[in-house]
Parts: sequence; C-alpha cells; structure tokens
Amino acid sequence: MDLSSINPVLLLASLMVAATPILIAALGELVVERSGVLNLGVEGMMITGAICGFAVAVETGSPFWGFVAAAAGGALLSLLFALLTQFALANQVASGLALTLFGLGLSSLLGQGYVGVKPPHTAKLDIPILGDIPFLGPVVFSHDLMVYFGLALVAAIWAMLKYTRIGLVLRAVGENHDAAHALGYKVVRVRVMAILFGGACAGLGGAYISLIRVPQWTEGMTAGAGWIALALVVFASWKAGRVMLGAYLFGGVTVLQLNLQAAGVSIPVEYLSMSPYLITILVLVIMSADRSRAPASLGRIFHATQ
Amino acid sequence: MLKLEKRPQPSQLWTYLTPLLAVIITMIAGSALFALLGKNPIEAVATIFWEPLFGEFSFYYRPQLLVKGAPLVLIAIGLSLGFRAGIWNIGAEGQYIIGAITGAAVGLAFYPAESWLIFPLMVLAGALGGLAWAMIPAFLQVRFGTNEILVSLMLVYVAEQLLASMSLGLLKNPEGFGFPGSRNFQQYASGHNAEIITGSGMHWGVVAALIAVIFAYILLNRHILGYHIRLTGQAPRAARFAGVRPNLLILFCLGTSGALAGLAGLFEVSGPAGQISIDFNVGYGFTAIIVAFLGRLHPVGIMLAGLLMALTYIGGEIAQSNLGLPAAAIQLFQGMLLFFLLAVDLLTNYRIRFVKAETA
Repeated sequence: MDLSSINPVLLLASLMVAATPILIAALGELVVERSGVLNLGVEGMMITGAICGFAVAVETGSPFWGFVAAAAGGALLSLLFALLTQFALANQVASGLALTLFGLGLSSLLGQGYVGVKPPHTAKLDIPILGDIPFLGPVVFSHDLMVYFGLALVAAIWAMLKYTRIGLVLRAVGENHDAAHALGYKVVRVRVMAILFGGACAGLGGAYISLIRVPQWTEGMTAGAGWIALALVVFASWKAGRVMLGAYLFGGVTVLQLNLQAAGVSIPVEYLSMSPYLITILVLVIMSADRSRAPASLGRIFHATQ
Repeated sequence: MLKLEKRPQPSQLWTYLTPLLAVIITMIAGSALFALLGKNPIEAVATIFWEPLFGEFSFYYRPQLLVKGAPLVLIAIGLSLGFRAGIWNIGAEGQYIIGAITGAAVGLAFYPAESWLIFPLMVLAGALGGLAWAMIPAFLQVRFGTNEILVSLMLVYVAEQLLASMSLGLLKNPEGFGFPGSRNFQQYASGHNAEIITGSGMHWGVVAALIAVIFAYILLNRHILGYHIRLTGQAPRAARFAGVRPNLLILFCLGTSGALAGLAGLFEVSGPAGQISIDFNVGYGFTAIIVAFLGRLHPVGIMLAGLLMALTYIGGEIAQSNLGLPAAAIQLFQGMLLFFLLAVDLLTNYRIRFVKAETA
C-alpha cells in the first residue's frame, strides 16, 4: 500500500468530474419533485441519455450534438412517464420503475453496435490565466464545459425557484395542486414541463458518463447513478445548493475509493466498490429525520373533477 | 371531447381484462419493434409464445417454464404484499443474492458430509439471509424514517459486490483450478435441489412457490393481517384509526418478501444454476416487479403472470438462437408490458365519457 501515490490535486480535479453526472441528474429531479411528481425513472433516463449521446457523438463526431441528442432522448423517455402519470393517472412509483426497466432494455438494444467504440474526445477548456494558478487552476479551472454547465444550472435553478414567477407557480403546484388549480394554474401542463426538464437533465448526466467520465459504452454503465441522484434530492431537502454539496460529497467518496483501489489498500476491491452505496444509505439515515421539507403534494395523483 | 370520470368503485370486469389487454397491445407493439429490427414480426411473436409450448422441442421447454417461473412467482408473491400496503421493496434482487449466498454457504460448510438434514438447513439459511437483508431497509424506515425504495435498491449494488467477493474468495471452489465460482451443488447430492420427478422441471422451488401462492391467498382473504395490509393500501388514515400499527406492517411486508426472495435465490443456486458465481443473478428480482403488477397483486394472478413471463424468457432465448433476435429486445418487450399495463389500468378506475364541447 502506498498512500503517497494519491495526488490531492488530481483527486480534487477528478472529484469534480465524478460529481457532475449525478449533480445534473439530481437537479433535474429536484425540479420534478418540487412540482409534486416523484419520478423514479432517473436511472432509466440516464442510461438512455448515455447511449443516445454516445451514438450520436460517434456518428457525427461531435460531442456537442451528442449531448443535445442525450437531452432529447432523456426528455422523450420522460414523456412516456408524463403520459402515464399525468394523463393515464397511473401510480407514480410503479410508472417510475417501469421507466427504469424499459430504459435499461432500450439502451442495451440501441447500444449493440457501440460496444468497444471510442467516442470523440471532448475538449477541456483552457482558461488562460485562471488555469495557471497553482493548485486551484488544475482543480477548478481546467475542466470540460459540462462541469461548468452543472454549476451554472445549480445557480439558475436556485434563482428560478426563489425569485421568478415560474418558480413560484412550480412550487405552488407541488405544495398544493388543488389550490393551484383553483387559482387557474395549469397543474398538468406545469408538471409535464417539469418532467420533460428532468428527463433532459438525466439524459445529459448519463451522456456525461458515457462520453467524458468513462468514456465508452457498456451495458448498464450508469450502475445506480440515477438512484444516487434520487437519494441526493432527499439529502438536499429539495434545495439546489445542497444538491451541489451532496454531489461533491458522493463524487469525493467515489474518487477516493477508486484511488484507494489503485493504491492497493489491503481492503478487497469489492468492499471499496460498495462504499458509495453504503454512504448513500448512511446519509439518508441522517437526513431523513426531518421530512417536513418535502413538497406536500409529492407523489399524489391530480385529477381535476371539473 | 374526451373526459375522464372517476368510478365510484374500481370496475371488476376491467380488473380482469386489463392484463389481457396489456399483453395483446404489447404483442402488437412488440411486432412493430421486431419488424424495425428487420425480423418477420409474426414469426418472432409465434416463436416467443408458441414454440416453447407446442413447438417441435416443447418436451424440453415445457419443464423450463416451471424452472424459470418458480423464482419469479416466489419473489412476486412477497413483493405483492408490500405493494398492496404501499410499502415498496424494490431490492428483491439483492435479497435473492444474499439468500443464495447464505444458503450455499451453509451447504458448502457441510461438504462433503452426506445427510438428509443438510438441504432443509440450507433452505432455512437462505430464507433467513433474505430476511436479514430486507430487515435493513425495514428497520431503517421504522427507526429513522428513511425511504425504503432507495435503501433497498442501494443494497442490490452492495449485494452484487458481495457476490463477486464471495465467488472470488470465501466460497471459491478450492478444487476449481483458480476459476471463480463455488463448488457445484449438482455434484453434491445432499445439497442438490434436484428435480422431484425427473424431466418435469418440478424442483423444491416450484413446490415452495405453490405453497406461497396458497398462503398468500389465505392471508389476504381470510386473515386479519391480510385485511390490515389491504386497508393500509387503500386508506392509510382509516387504517390507523382501526388500530393498524404501520411499523409492524412494514417489518412484516419487507421481511416476508425478503425471506421469499432469499428462498428463490437458494433454490436457484442449489438447483438450476448449481453454483455461486459472479453473474449468478439474472434480474429475476426486477422482473418479479412486472410479474406482481401483471398479476394484479393477486396470488393466483401472480402465478399466471409468472408463467407468462417465464414463457417470454424461454421464447426469447429460442428467438435469440433461431432468429438472431437480440436479448435486449426481450428485456425491452417485458418493460413495455408493464408500461401498457399501467396505461390501460386507467380503464379500471375511470370511465371515459365523450362530451360535446360546451360554450361557457
């Protein structure tokens, strides 16, 4: 075992990369849940986004179009969930599970021709002066664009929920859909939009894994990232800023255990690989004491009688 | 204009019709999918649903129906109890793995001793393993209010890592020339879950599944606990006034489904699979969710749904080798089934009315 082989600069830099997919997916789910809908299909939408993004990026040679396709793929899949829960008034838990099972099947079908293919390289930003700062430069200022997109999304969603009319309507629908309906807000329309946004975010998160983090395509490669994103929303008490905090915490654990594996710690690899999931459970236990922050209409079916 | 009107009571007729309708719609959508993949759609659907039952080699495939159906039914029966009460155990896959590990470990501990006692002990250990694994989300929910969906699901990934660790380490066959995987139970008579009637596919897991169906039926229809489960699902507030203790129900539902999933794992590892290996689990724990819903959370329905789902597994394998249909297409096909089922379920609870658009 040689712990000195772990470079703290590289560790922190890869932490940002490891956190980004769950950060983006969790932010999408945050918006969905604030509108009062529980979509458990994040894992399915992420993996679908991962293959859509991968396939399009390989075919066009452009990671940009890959990410666009990933967002579109994730949103398209979430449309199925919207149809089921908002128009067919199906149970949200069951529909979310269906979405995940369906997405896993769909992605492995779509991905057949792409196993072992190398995706086009996504360029890293080279910020001239900031990137040269010792320590901070490589850790914070020399990543690909998606890392900063994730951070910008945190700020945008926080501001949207807190200061804008759209955010207020969204929260109203999530807290009490009957009252929102009585005020004349289109509950179903708001929720469908939120679900589509969540789907697009999950798709982007998935594509980040297949295009940048790994980067290649293997079946089931998201390996529970979607579920961790769901846990993150609970962890964050439905607040955007704390989602970021949680994502970096989980990113840190993931990166640290990978580094420990590489350093040859005497703990078997399998037990290290378990740690992100175990820590998720642990954090859920600590954070679940206060459930008062959950949107009041979360998971309830809305059917306007008149 | 179409308008939805909530029925005062769920329609009995549609309760029975919707699963059939969902299967038919899935066949149609599936045909379209197969056609897109460049296969003859009618041939593909016939291969999946007809070939295993009445085809040339049906003498081989029919017993497989029981072998593949038994774990699905065992797990789905357990899940259905919780689903009825709004307790969502979706980590059955993990409980299945742990049941297989603990059961196999007990069996391997006795190797090479021969005694009729060994197999019953393995069965007990398998059930207890699954039970213990399911008790983690149950206890955490009762004590700390954590979400059982997320915790049980996280534990699937933990169990998968544990499985890898076991087949590479603790339970590895010492005479296996360094290959991963445990000793094979098919070569260890006392620990082998052999067919009860040779060539019928009928092993002890099938018997256990049938017993589980009967017990679940009696529990739900004739026992106060079953009544409490149904009451909690339909009217949680009323249930609390009626003196139902929600925590006890959580422990019972998660515990039972865990034990049944553990049993399924044990019967699989000591019979059809034969050994603990890295890729021992094939997703029965997740497919069982589809089985539970397709069977309308009713024990008899689940039995039929389990057989149907087993049919798509077997037919899927035939279509894979005969027509070159990708395995993922079958997985997608099963996922579609749950989708359509949830969609047509609308007809059970709502009436669709055509109304003329009125001016306000």
